[in-house]
Amino acid sequence: MKEKTPINATSPIPMPSAAIAAQAARDGPSATAPDLPPEPEFAPAAVPPQLRPVAEPAAEVASGGEPKMRANKVSVFYGDKQALKDVSVDIHEDRVTAFIGPSGCGKSTFLRCLNRMNDTIPSARVSGDIELDGEDINGPAMDVVQLRARVGMVFQKPNPFPKSIFENVAYGPRIHGLAENKSELEQIVEKSLKRAGLWDEVKDRLQESGTALSGGQQQRLCIARAIAVDPEVILMDEPCSALDPIATAKIEELIHELRGRYAMAIVTHNMQQAARVSQRTAFFHLGELVEYGKTSEIFTNPREQRTQDYVTGRYG
Amino acid sequence: MSCGAIANNMNSAPRPIDEAAQRRVRRRYAAERRFRLVGLFAVGLSVLFLAFLLYSMAAKGLGGFVRTEAALPVDFANSDLFLEPANLRGADAAETIAGADLAGAISKSAVSTYGPAASEMFGDGAIASLSRAILADPDMVTRRETVWLPLSSKLDMAAKHGAEPAANRVVAELKRKGAVRTRLNTQFLTGSDSTDPSSVGVWGALKGSFLTMVVTMLLAFPIGVLAAVYLEEFAPRNRWTDAIEVSINNLAAVPSIIFGLLGLAVFLNVMNLPRSAPLVGGMTLALMTMPVIVIAGRNAIKTVPPSIRDAALGVGASKMQVVFHHVLPLALPGVMTGTIIGMARALGETAPLLMIGMRAFIAAPPGGIADPATVLPVQIFLWSDEVDRGFVEKTSAAIIVLLLFMLLMNGLAIYLRNRFERRW
Repeated sequence: MKEKTPINATSPIPMPSAAIAAQAARDGPSATAPDLPPEPEFAPAAVPPQLRPVAEPAAEVASGGEPKMRANKVSVFYGDKQALKDVSVDIHEDRVTAFIGPSGCGKSTFLRCLNRMNDTIPSARVSGDIELDGEDINGPAMDVVQLRARVGMVFQKPNPFPKSIFENVAYGPRIHGLAENKSELEQIVEKSLKRAGLWDEVKDRLQESGTALSGGQQQRLCIARAIAVDPEVILMDEPCSALDPIATAKIEELIHELRGRYAMAIVTHNMQQAARVSQRTAFFHLGELVEYGKTSEIFTNPREQRTQDYVTGRYG
Repeated sequence: MSCGAIANNMNSAPRPIDEAAQRRVRRRYAAERRFRLVGLFAVGLSVLFLAFLLYSMAAKGLGGFVRTEAALPVDFANSDLFLEPANLRGADAAETIAGADLAGAISKSAVSTYGPAASEMFGDGAIASLSRAILADPDMVTRRETVWLPLSSKLDMAAKHGAEPAANRVVAELKRKGAVRTRLNTQFLTGSDSTDPSSVGVWGALKGSFLTMVVTMLLAFPIGVLAAVYLEEFAPRNRWTDAIEVSINNLAAVPSIIFGLLGLAVFLNVMNLPRSAPLVGGMTLALMTMPVIVIAGRNAIKTVPPSIRDAALGVGASKMQVVFHHVLPLALPGVMTGTIIGMARALGETAPLLMIGMRAFIAAPPGGIADPATVLPVQIFLWSDEVDRGFVEKTSAAIIVLLLFMLLMNGLAIYLRNRFERRW
């Protein structure tokens, strides 16, 4: 479901719902990352401080950096229908890239191309180049199972396995042979749960079913599960759309903490969320990439009229 | 009535209940009552039939589990048996006893005790009973001993239900002397088929059924489940798989006797497997059960939420790992439901087994899956065809055994299924 954003003509960024604003204010320090220098061209007066997009890490701005993943002219067809038209986006290490756009615009489809989850749909056909560290992910040298271990994914609906919490996290390392013995496996599980911010809540009940957790905890368990196989990139497909504002804030906080360790791409319908968590934003519309750039620019100074209309809530 | 009217009514005084609305409400309630009555009637009718079935089975069949025995003093020392206790302890004891004229001794003792009318008082069951008693206590043959032996089928019937006047008189005479008793019919639970209803047993057929089911299960379950997994998860969707799907659905509806003919043609005539054996019976029934398991398995696999597959693929599991670590365990309860239905049907199946020779008269329980055997439903069919009245209660008793066996099997399967059942 798409979030209905009220049109607010006076502000370039639509006002958030009261709950999210309150939560964001409470989580202020981590949600806005004030330790990072704001970008000079950014106009701070235009947005409430808690909605200010996170600035880029200074070092990265300076170096530019080689992108972790590079997608070049990617098109996807479902049968005869073209769902994605010549999309080119780079995903950088140390940065969160957000994909926004109205429903059915192809942003999830694009995300699923990045770890070849579209392979499971028989009618889907992907063309174009996608590279991970300069290696073609659709090439013969790339094994799809290895690719998905390197490019992890978190889904819209929390989908823990109907197994114990421990088994949920241990499954990935086990099938990839990442642990030599039981104690190593336990270490991996503990480390992953700690990184996902779930350890303190579940450490005494690791043998309970993962499905018995609350929705937000389940989603963090899914993130821990993705982290456990030590991926290089984490893709998140609307990770908060099924969660309440408090659980959403926790996931967003987690995304901040994980940035720097993993390259991340997140699909979201919530524009405030995109503004809060990402440094790069790609706006999709009707299968096309309309605009891709710094989050601050997309939200305050978009080049395209369609982007302007969407981020101000005029349509979509 | 328009929305405006409703709003008005809600704002002002309580809405006046008009005649038409009341009638509509009454009609709705009446329709509901009628539906409930029809449902109750249907349930009541089924309960009635079930009660009738259980009652008539119990009334006719429970007698088959007990037998009437009569006391018979046998003077072994002065008989023509010439048995020595030493010969009855060795390895060839069974042969020695089989060679002795026990029938003659029984008949002679009966006549001398109960008069000339008693010469046919005891049947084959009594001979088997006596030889077991002698083997258990060989020193008996040096004494004069009173043994309790099962009455012949005719007198057994007379004692239980009353039969022709002559038999009734003999039983009445025995009762007057206090020489009759009723005991559990161990022969029925441990023996096999026989021409004499007093010495038949279901053990042979039960064992045959069990062995046949084991063969069916071992073949149909893995092949059926793997076929379902392959068709649902791995096979490409094209004209061929469509054709296979249609064929499997049709196979599930093919009359079972045709599977029997297939078994006869392929397993017996082409592969030359042993006739009347649980091996061939099990293979034939597996052919019949497999489509049911495949269909149930595919449906169960379809109900596993795609999010679980995505989750496993997302952490880098291969297709095979997704299926065998996640999809199949979650689908197992559904697969097992289908298997229970298929196996229950196979257990009750008669027609295909007739075709492959399992209707033969087999007087000993099978030692293995390649030995000649019969199965419970076929045994019931054979006994129901017999003319001797003694077989009537044996038929009903065998039905009770079959139903208990089926209950036990299904109970076990349901218990296993519930243990595997997981929520997600």
